[in-house]
Amino acid sequence: MSDLTASELNMVFNTPHGGTVHALKDVSFTLKQGELLAVLGPSGCGKTTLLNIIAGFQHPTGGSLHLGDHEITAPGVDRGMVFQQGALFEWLTVADNVNFGLRMKKADPAETSRKVEEWLEIVGLQGFGRTPTYQLSGGMQQRVALARCLINDPDLILMDEPLGALDALTREKMQSLVLKIWKETGKTIMIITHSVEEALLLGERLFVMAPRPGRIHKEYHLPFADLGLTNDPREIKISPEFVETREEILTMIWNMEEEIMGKTETV
Amino acid sequence: MIVGIIFIGLVAALIWSIFYGRKVIRTEKSDAVFGNPVRALGGWHWVVAGVCSILLFWFWFSWDAARAYFPIAGNELCQVAKLTRAANPIRSTFPMDDERLLLGTKLLDRDYRQIDHLQTQLASTNFSDADREMLQEIIDEMRTAMAAHADADELDSSVRMRMSAVAENIHGLAEALAQEGYPGPADPAMMAEALAQPGWGETSVELPPLPMTERGRKFDAASVTMQEISDQYLGVRNVGPALTARLDALEGRIAGFTIDASGDSADVAAREDLIKQIEKIFRRIDDGRIFPPDVTTDVEQALLVLDREQRRQQGGLRYINAIAMPGGEILAGNNACSEQGSGRWLPKPSDTLATFTRLANPNEGYKGFPLLWFKMKPISEMVAFIVPDWIADLVPGDYPRHGTDGQVQSNFKSKVYDIATGNFDSPSIPVPDGHIWDSIVRVLMGLFFGILLGVPLGLFMGLSRFAKGYFDPLVELYRPIPPLAWAPLILTIFGIQDDGKIFLLFMVAFAIMVISARTGATGTQLSKIHAAHSLGASNRQIIRQVILPNSLPEILTGIRISIGVCWGTLVAAEMLAGTTGIGFVENVARKQSDYEIIWMTIILMGLLGLLFDVMMRWVIHKTIPWRGKG
Ligand SMILES: Nc1ncnc2c1ncn2[C@@H]1O[C@H](COP(=O)(O)OP(=O)(O)OP(=O)(O)O)[C@@H](O)[C@H]1O
Ligand SMILES: [Mg+2]
Repeated sequence: MSDLTASELNMVFNTPHGGTVHALKDVSFTLKQGELLAVLGPSGCGKTTLLNIIAGFQHPTGGSLHLGDHEITAPGVDRGMVFQQGALFEWLTVADNVNFGLRMKKADPAETSRKVEEWLEIVGLQGFGRTPTYQLSGGMQQRVALARCLINDPDLILMDEPLGALDALTREKMQSLVLKIWKETGKTIMIITHSVEEALLLGERLFVMAPRPGRIHKEYHLPFADLGLTNDPREIKISPEFVETREEILTMIWNMEEEIMGKTETV
Repeated sequence: MIVGIIFIGLVAALIWSIFYGRKVIRTEKSDAVFGNPVRALGGWHWVVAGVCSILLFWFWFSWDAARAYFPIAGNELCQVAKLTRAANPIRSTFPMDDERLLLGTKLLDRDYRQIDHLQTQLASTNFSDADREMLQEIIDEMRTAMAAHADADELDSSVRMRMSAVAENIHGLAEALAQEGYPGPADPAMMAEALAQPGWGETSVELPPLPMTERGRKFDAASVTMQEISDQYLGVRNVGPALTARLDALEGRIAGFTIDASGDSADVAAREDLIKQIEKIFRRIDDGRIFPPDVTTDVEQALLVLDREQRRQQGGLRYINAIAMPGGEILAGNNACSEQGSGRWLPKPSDTLATFTRLANPNEGYKGFPLLWFKMKPISEMVAFIVPDWIADLVPGDYPRHGTDGQVQSNFKSKVYDIATGNFDSPSIPVPDGHIWDSIVRVLMGLFFGILLGVPLGLFMGLSRFAKGYFDPLVELYRPIPPLAWAPLILTIFGIQDDGKIFLLFMVAFAIMVISARTGATGTQLSKIHAAHSLGASNRQIIRQVILPNSLPEILTGIRISIGVCWGTLVAAEMLAGTTGIGFVENVARKQSDYEIIWMTIILMGLLGLLFDVMMRWVIHKTIPWRGKG
């Protein structure tokens, strides 16, 4: 059992001018193994901060965080991360990027190259192994990033707006890919997104976060991700239930933004 | 001949590449937006145009083209220069060429000023009233005597006659110059001798001085006549009974003055000084080189006529002189002519190439050392250089001692020592050698050590607060110091040969490498380091696999800059001290004013620097094609 348990997470940043930013306030939740969690929220509400803390890149100023029985204090191979901009190593080929984690572990080379082939096929990049990464398109780079993360077999996959920079069509394809991988591997996935539709389509669970201080505003349990494994996503998108939830969340976020604007205006 | 062909070839290549470039530009207009980075790639036809322009300018400005196309013009202009030189004593007394005043005007102006000075000196010197009055009279008389020289009424009629004779002679020479047959048929023996002279630039005399053509003989002969006229002119002085009587009287008064020796010794000294000044200026009045203004006019007019004729007789020569020999002219000396201006200080391409071919011959070299060649060197010497001697000390056991029979038994330890010191027989292999090679090795060695120590330190400084803070003062303090400022110190400590120079270059490269590696390390995107962390990389692996490759663009740029700066520093250091290297060659050539070798070394340095840079560009292109695309 490796559930992710966060309790009373707090994150306070000091700004250069001596002020403080309360990026996260008393965030508590449990993410069971195999769940797919989407996180939505207006800009600056602390989504990335939350993800960075889970990944171990930052230490929370308060609260605790456990994956299974272990407290999270540093980055580790049990949590894979996919960044908004691939963060690929542009001096390496596609295959060398994908097998980076295995090479760091000094895994058996034959085994490694077999796995690389396998994963390149899963993400639809077979035959691109020797291509230098800087020659890939944005969508292809995200696939490489996905494969690079998954080949390490992490318990928890963290994605920070992984599809944000892609065009609509590629984005849809990647969404199906994420769903497919989720189903086939049964991994726990936490995905941050700016797109309400994407959050609804992918998220089995959905957190809507609110800013200042960053906190979980509302939580949903959604059926669409399971549906999406069998049904055509486009049909799901026009189902009345989907549209209703979408409008509800959009209004919620809209109101939050209004509130922020109001706040700043009165200041 | 060859220069002529090359020159035409260059002109053709220049014109062709310009036309070709214009054609490309025209197509560019229709297919590319302004500022398209592809345009910054240039085009090799423009490279051709640039190179041709430089070479053409060099051929032209150094008069190499003139020498190739108008070999006779040099000889003829030499004869013209002889005539000019012969007329110079007369010309310099008139407002011609660089002069602004007539000689008499200039002398009067100067002498009056000095007499004014005497006047003030008299006022401030302690004389008895009688003496003062007498001296005042003398000074006044000096003024009048001077003015009398310019007075036509006081002029002796013989002076005017002799001056007219000079003017007439000059007119006569101008007429002779205009005549077809002047100066009569050539002496075959003289002509043969002239034609047998070495050509322009073939000897150190530069230009053949004897006239080889009809035109040349004309000017040569005229110059002889002109020389006589000049002597005649210099012999004409403004003297005559009236002036002589006046001056004699004045001289008598000066001689008759007795200096009052009584009183303060300082006063006496001041009095003596004043009298000495008076005598000095008087002697100058005596020279007789001041005439009434209208007396020399005839000579001046005659000179102008001769000038005109001289120009006419030169014909096309004048245009060759103006167009093909820019930046200077041919001047005549006592018995030779020489190029002055750019023809002198800018060595000709063909001469430079000839010098280079001469020095490139390994048997010749420079100061007994080839420019770039190879020599046979036993392998043992190289082993001794690479393997440190103390290796032998680490071998267990003792070095052998001789026995009672006086025999020395070598053991393993002593054998290792022999190898470490190169004390064994080995075949020889060729290794590069020479001035150029020495310079290159120094640069590469300095660079090597600079990279070896600078890059790790730079990375370390980019990654650790301690290293950044601790080493920053050190690096930042010595970095801004111009490397050559260290040279005297370093060369004293490490010696003027390779060690000192390599250390100096190491210091140069080290600072640059530290800075660039540090910039590279700090410039690594945090997300890449995060990614590596969550993929399970250790700190060491992150440095090796992420930060180092990510800093490569900066490091390679640093190396490229280092090579350039090292090269410049090295040459200067070699000029300071040492016995080999390109800088040394130039320094010796400088002391001997050997412009061709200086020019050759300059070109060599440029070419080698360019070669280094091209190599680095290629390396950069090959190793980091991903630069800026992450
Ligand atoms: N290193 C830091 N120092 C100071 N303040 C920070 C720092 N990192 C984040 N913040 C602040 O914390 C808040 C949350 O930032 P975070 O990056 O988590 O937002 P986000 O929800 O990811 O926004 P977006 O959707 O725009 O990516 C912001 O107000 C930001 O200004
Ligand atoms: Mg963010």
